[in-house]
Amino acid sequence: MTPVIGVLALQGDVAEHLRALTSSGATACAVRRPRELAVVDALVIPGGESTTMWKLADIFDLLEPLRIRIKEGMPAYGSCAGMIMLADRIEGGIEGQETVGGLDLVVRRNAFGRQVDSFEADITLKGVAGGPVRAVFIRAPWVESVGDGVEVLGKVPGTDRIVAVRQGNLLATSFHPELTGDTRIHEYFVEMVRER
Amino acid sequence: MGAAVYSHREVTPVSTSSSAETTAPETGTARVKRGMAEMLKGGVIMDVVTPEQAKIAEDAGAVAVMALERVPADIRVEGGVSRMSDPDMIDGIIAAVSIPVMAKARIGHFAEAQVLQAIGVDYVDESEVLTPADEANHIDKWAFTVPFVCGATNLGEALRRLAEGAAMIRSKGEAGTGNVVEATRHMRQIRGDIKRLGVLDDAELYAAAKELRAPYDLVKEVARTGELPVVLFTAGGIATPADAAMMMQLGAQGVFVGSGIFKSGDPVKRAAAIVKATTFYDDPDVIAKVSRGLGEAMVGLNVSTLPESERLATRGW
Repeated sequence: MTPVIGVLALQGDVAEHLRALTSSGATACAVRRPRELAVVDALVIPGGESTTMWKLADIFDLLEPLRIRIKEGMPAYGSCAGMIMLADRIEGGIEGQETVGGLDLVVRRNAFGRQVDSFEADITLKGVAGGPVRAVFIRAPWVESVGDGVEVLGKVPGTDRIVAVRQGNLLATSFHPELTGDTRIHEYFVEMVRER
Repeated sequence: MGAAVYSHREVTPVSTSSSAETTAPETGTARVKRGMAEMLKGGVIMDVVTPEQAKIAEDAGAVAVMALERVPADIRVEGGVSRMSDPDMIDGIIAAVSIPVMAKARIGHFAEAQVLQAIGVDYVDESEVLTPADEANHIDKWAFTVPFVCGATNLGEALRRLAEGAAMIRSKGEAGTGNVVEATRHMRQIRGDIKRLGVLDDAELYAAAKELRAPYDLVKEVARTGELPVVLFTAGGIATPADAAMMMQLGAQGVFVGSGIFKSGDPVKRAAAIVKATTFYDDPDVIAKVSRGLGEAMVGLNVSTLPESERLATRGW
């Protein structure tokens, strides 16, 4: 069966995720409204600006439906801003900034610095075969600390910076696999959705 | 996104650590620069002149702010030479918000751009809104770690900016007028130019490149993919939620709003409304709802009666 995977399309690099999901064997569609969320098997929260996504999710009544579906076990994958949205706790957010939550960890927003510090690097990920992935970090967050149930999938080489994690049906990366044309992480997620 | 053009430039590490091997982290690559613009898509970038305005923009859901000393509407009124903003003023805005901060350098003024990079600005707008500093050359943008956005009125101009290393393109519009007519023209022109390339055969692309006055490789890439290899935003005269929605429907991937917000009656409400309209650009019910009760829009200028010497879109080439 081909899983139907939504991409939260309030703001960000939605098209790149739609493309990567389609190449990975899923049926992909944009999600901006509660009724669109209700019909997908799983969800990707894209890269973008987490404060903007939070504001729009709140205003357009998506925050609670997102929390409910994730609590019910819907698989979700977040890249960069998406990782922030899936984190239970944020450091460096703006006043009052809320997340959808689900991942028992603390994420630090803009942790690697400003755009002049943005970088790409090769990173080896647990569970992703075929050698390291080229990871693109853009004003990226990192995972400051994780709870017991969170599996660390990858760190920046030569550092202790956690940049890829999984907890049950939730997957998150600080970087943007959707920008590289390498679909292994999206395939990994589609496999997670199939196994559920 | 997509296939990299100019790959010989793309892998050039712009930072100092040239001894690094290929697996070492690299800053300032074309992918990192263009990728930053991808993250702004579907969003609104707002002109701000004070930290307080920057906070209002962030709270309204802006994806970034453009820090400048005077919004284009005031530049028009006050005249004189318009330059890069005071670094202290930009620092104040950087300190006030956590979203990306952009700033403008004059066309061709690479030293202003160097200063903006040094103070940690996230994107440089090489902008016709400021007084051009070089009548022949734009900045060599490959030489920087910080990415650049540049204005364009047509595809040829956009591709010339890409050849110089721009990582994002915006329509020029006619800034500071509150009138979208020029932005509409530029968006339709760029989109139309791209469509026309799509029907040409390989032999015809050489002549097309000559006509567009753009590098052949870039022309060929656009003909093949049917889109610009970088993100395309709109700018110039956007003043209402419906303006933003129209631009998005014309193919913009996001919106710059200059004078339109803080020259209006209720900036807080208008800023939030334009953010919502940009996300739901194709849903007239949402646009109708957010267009209510916004107070007065900025007073507009009629572009067709503007003397040629006061037009900003003709700056740059």
